[in-house]
Amino acid sequence: MADTPREPYVGRAMKRVEDPRLLQGIATYVDDLRLTGTLHAAFVRSPYAHARITRISTAAAKAAPGVVGVFVASDVNQACGIVPCAADMPNLKNPQHRALADGRVYFVGHAVAVVIARDAYTARDAALLVDVDYEPLPVVTDPEAAIKPGSPLTHPDLGTNVAFEWSMSTGDDAELERLFKSADRVIRQRMVHQRLTPVAIEPRGCVASYHRGEQSLTLWTSTQIPHLVRTLLPGMIGVPENKIRIVTPEVGGGFGSKLNVYIEEALCSHLAMRLHAPVKWIETRRENMSATIHGRDQIGDYEVAVKNDGTLLAIKSRTIADIGSYPQLLTPAVPTLTGLMLTGCYKYKAMRMDVTGVYTNKMSTDAYRGAGRPEATYLIERMADIVANELRMDPIRFRQMNSPTSSDFPFATACGLSYDSGDYHAALAKARRLARWNELLDTRARARKDGKLFGVGVSTYVEICALGPSKAMSAGGWEWGCVRIEFSGKATVITGSTPHGQGQETSFAQIAADRLGLPIEDVVVLHGDTNVSHYGRDTYGSRATVLGGTAIVMCIDKILAKTRTLAAHLLEVKPGDLTFEGGRFSANGKSLGWEDLAPAAYVAKNIPPGFEPGLEASSFFEPENFTFPFGTHIAAVEIDRETGETRIVKYVAVDDCGPQINPLLVAGQVQGGIAHSIGQVLFERTVYDEQGQLITGELMDYPLPRAHDIPEYVLGSTVTPSPSNPMGIKGVGEAGTIGATPTIANAVMDALYPLGVRHLDLPLTPEKIWRAIHLGEDDRGGARIPEADRSAPRYTTADVGEGALEVGNV
Amino acid sequence: MNVSITVNDQLLTHDVEPRLLLVHFLRDYCGLTGTHVGCETSICGACTVQIGGKAVKSCTLFAVQADGESVLTVEGLAGEGTLHPMQQAFWDAHGLQCGYCTPGMMMTAVQLLADTPRPTREQIAHGLKGNLCRCTGYTKIIDAVERAAGAK
Amino acid sequence: MISAPFDYHRPSSLAEALSLLARHGDDARVLAGGHSLVPAMKLRLAEPRVLVDLSRVAELRGISEKDGRIVIGAMTTHAELASSSFLAAKCPLLTETAPQIGDIQVRNKGTIGGSLAHADPAADWPPVALALDAEMEVAGPSGSRMIAAAGFFTDIMQTALRPGEVLRAIRVRPTGPSVAYVKTEQKASGFALCGVAVVVDRAANRVSVAITGIAATPFRASQVERALEGGPLTAERIGEAARVAAAGAQLLSDMHGSADYRAHLAQVNVRRAIVRASART
Repeated sequence: MADTPREPYVGRAMKRVEDPRLLQGIATYVDDLRLTGTLHAAFVRSPYAHARITRISTAAAKAAPGVVGVFVASDVNQACGIVPCAADMPNLKNPQHRALADGRVYFVGHAVAVVIARDAYTARDAALLVDVDYEPLPVVTDPEAAIKPGSPLTHPDLGTNVAFEWSMSTGDDAELERLFKSADRVIRQRMVHQRLTPVAIEPRGCVASYHRGEQSLTLWTSTQIPHLVRTLLPGMIGVPENKIRIVTPEVGGGFGSKLNVYIEEALCSHLAMRLHAPVKWIETRRENMSATIHGRDQIGDYEVAVKNDGTLLAIKSRTIADIGSYPQLLTPAVPTLTGLMLTGCYKYKAMRMDVTGVYTNKMSTDAYRGAGRPEATYLIERMADIVANELRMDPIRFRQMNSPTSSDFPFATACGLSYDSGDYHAALAKARRLARWNELLDTRARARKDGKLFGVGVSTYVEICALGPSKAMSAGGWEWGCVRIEFSGKATVITGSTPHGQGQETSFAQIAADRLGLPIEDVVVLHGDTNVSHYGRDTYGSRATVLGGTAIVMCIDKILAKTRTLAAHLLEVKPGDLTFEGGRFSANGKSLGWEDLAPAAYVAKNIPPGFEPGLEASSFFEPENFTFPFGTHIAAVEIDRETGETRIVKYVAVDDCGPQINPLLVAGQVQGGIAHSIGQVLFERTVYDEQGQLITGELMDYPLPRAHDIPEYVLGSTVTPSPSNPMGIKGVGEAGTIGATPTIANAVMDALYPLGVRHLDLPLTPEKIWRAIHLGEDDRGGARIPEADRSAPRYTTADVGEGALEVGNV
Repeated sequence: MNVSITVNDQLLTHDVEPRLLLVHFLRDYCGLTGTHVGCETSICGACTVQIGGKAVKSCTLFAVQADGESVLTVEGLAGEGTLHPMQQAFWDAHGLQCGYCTPGMMMTAVQLLADTPRPTREQIAHGLKGNLCRCTGYTKIIDAVERAAGAK
Repeated sequence: MISAPFDYHRPSSLAEALSLLARHGDDARVLAGGHSLVPAMKLRLAEPRVLVDLSRVAELRGISEKDGRIVIGAMTTHAELASSSFLAAKCPLLTETAPQIGDIQVRNKGTIGGSLAHADPAADWPPVALALDAEMEVAGPSGSRMIAAAGFFTDIMQTALRPGEVLRAIRVRPTGPSVAYVKTEQKASGFALCGVAVVVDRAANRVSVAITGIAATPFRASQVERALEGGPLTAERIGEAARVAAAGAQLLSDMHGSADYRAHLAQVNVRRAIVRASART
């Protein structure tokens, strides 16, 4: 042990312990598994958006050499059950999506048959030999048309395309209406949040293996949620939960797309049992684009009641959520998250949101990075600009006057949430300072004088993270952890928050090493195998570090309390006389470290009375509240007036996720999140045509951001601890995506403001911008900005104050 | 048909179907699973390896096309237990999160620095055009390549 | 995605390649760099029974000069073209265009001949060949023949190559430095939404303009060229001439760009390319 106290690991920008294996190409993803005797699955999928299956001929495929079996709905659906939807949505009409299409397909990519063969190439070949006759049925693609009388139906049996209707409001709708009536103005805007494809670079995939003797199933799967899969799979395939082991080896990105239980996991499991051999399926990219969940896809009509002095009063939203053809795990919950965050970081007095979830002949939507909150932040921050513009107010001043100050926290929102802590004004002030705001406005003025289209955009945001308190979640929002001091005195940390790129092996080791006083090399973090990490709720919703990390802290607290009694016994002092520092319990000049205490605890010959042998503790951390990270992002863009191409020339992000365990990882999360926003704002969209054909079925047609699309960032942070967990941390996995989308959109719209363009829906492709500039086209429902207002400066250089004392790192 | 390919300095001969993709030759015949399949349409670059020092997408090449050639994969970048300067730079700069695109990204970056030893950040970004990453947002990847260039 | 099975041949001479093609007839396809054909085979849009890989036919590679013409072997890669200092001096439109194709990996493997023979309507080399008035040197069972670029691209993915023929080389005249290739990319694929190749021949007082990506085949913007004939290349004249860039073209339209937008890009990129080329002296 070092004599001088070590600088804590927490707070240090440490490189990751998981990286060497990834860098050397010796990490194991699902597709890298090689089990003897593995059979390979390939799916036959519908090329139609909606059709009756009149005949399936599998004879040719079955006869092909190397083919073990070909299975259709009648062979497997009884054994594979219904795809689970865990969202708590009363009155959800559920079409009961099953493993394979039974008589009818209802989206392009719907699995019709599965071929099992001795190798993957043979399986693919044989899938092409399965002959399916389809009789096309009327297709539903437009969710607004779908809820009008006489529309064709996605599921004729349900009698309607309305999957659910959901409302939330501040409570008293009469008060809401009174606020709207008393408002000086009611400002309305319709916005379309386009459908997006998550595109983890590793496609999904799984390998199932059944041990007949033990009657136990092991499923290796590329998922964010091994524990939820283990809980939900029994309902599909009948193997009891305590006979199922789920393993997530390395998982190559998720972004919500792997926060689901999919038919392929159930089918491979069932077929492994049935065929007495491991069954492997690796998703093709086309399957990933067509039959893994999509995100967003809301159409909202928003109304804001405001006073002439800029005071926000109330907001209403009527939202149509195009949820695709069936509910996946959390499909109906996503728009409810939009509702929860509808008032953003503003002091609205009342809100109401009405959501209609609509079935269409498309793949399901579900949680894609941010899941409902990017939609909320985008609409609220676009509305902030639109309202400020209409009132001819500085959008920054407008935001400031309507947002709570640091003394207003905990802040009760019109949506019924209690925001834990915050200093929105400090983040805004810091972002302005880092952006060199006044210079930026000068640059804009000069550029405009030169005839250029130059815009600046600001977004303040707050998001809801660390999902969440169990009372507010469908299936438990806690997290589990376990810490064991091994005989050697080294520590094993086990988390239920299974990572897929976030770096928990490092950040959790930092937390544990500090608290145990161990060198970080002596701490190993295990995860992703339900036989090791017995329980958990996994990684999504920016929850892992807050909840999983806190569970580890609780375990360590228990171990320290227990070890203290052992150390006191061995040193023959009172427990209260001991100090614990640098991994050693000391009193009266004598001390014991883990290397002494752990063997004593396991040998258990000399232990205090009543002392349970061993040094291990597990904990469930149940949060009392969500956390509410926040920040301010600022962007500047220049638009090529001729081609409509947008270039981001400046990007500043100030995020407050509370104290940072590892600033390097925090920056990585923020930068990665902003990149998703750059894609969403400037070019990404999932396109189905009127026949329900997926046009963006390959990466040749779905543009992802590339390295040269990314600007140089200026990143900063403020640190406002959360009172709802002992480390005060808030979560940062989705902040970039939530803060950046409205920021860049606002900057583009600011650039177009002098031309009178009020609003354009995303993505702001060059063609869309060109059409707005040259053909005067706005999106549906968009009015033009009056001529007299177009030359208004909009932003001012007025001092906004420094807010709270500057903290955090830049 | 028989193909003989020198993979990471080792001559390997296998009897393969002509339609076997090079990436599957490496993964399934050579046991080198560090090279990944991402998009299958030559867009994402996760499958990038080098042939004769040049980065290529191994999902868009049949193994037979590499017959007689010398292939370098991520596993061959450095000796066992050591890291190539590019690997070290990716580690130091946090140039990876889920790690799936990383091997392909590095194989391209190594050629990029061989061609342009002192690239600007813009040159790095454009040089990595054929490699998609959905986690990092690229900034730290560019940092890593810049750092690797400085380490030379 | 897995290709259908096929037989693979890798001739080491052109004669051998031609005899393989003669023997297998319609069953055979020529494989160059594979960046167009292999994805098509994996998607089972192409299912040739026989592949004839030209990568080891040495006589199809390389850059040389013969009888006042630059001769580029069909199997020369985009990367080799991009890095050729000979071409940079003698025919800089080639070295300007090559780095704008695909990405490092694609340029390492993809070939100029493969691109021209595949005749994708959004490929980058076809307009370059057109603007340079290139000649395609074609080898076939009955000997060699030359096809002018102007007559080479017959329809979408169709060329004047006959069954059993192989594109052997591309011949172009050296040019001065007044050339440019200006491209707007289809963001996902990197192909051209609109690419414009321009050669300004100062001696002949003539401008050649060719456009890719906006119609079923690349084409010479002859109305633009005529509008610029005989006068100085002032910004005003260039701007005026560029307005007819897409005149008469049967415009493509898809989710990546409407016909309107492609026509507009053609005007912008034609103007920018001529301005850029004429500024290079």
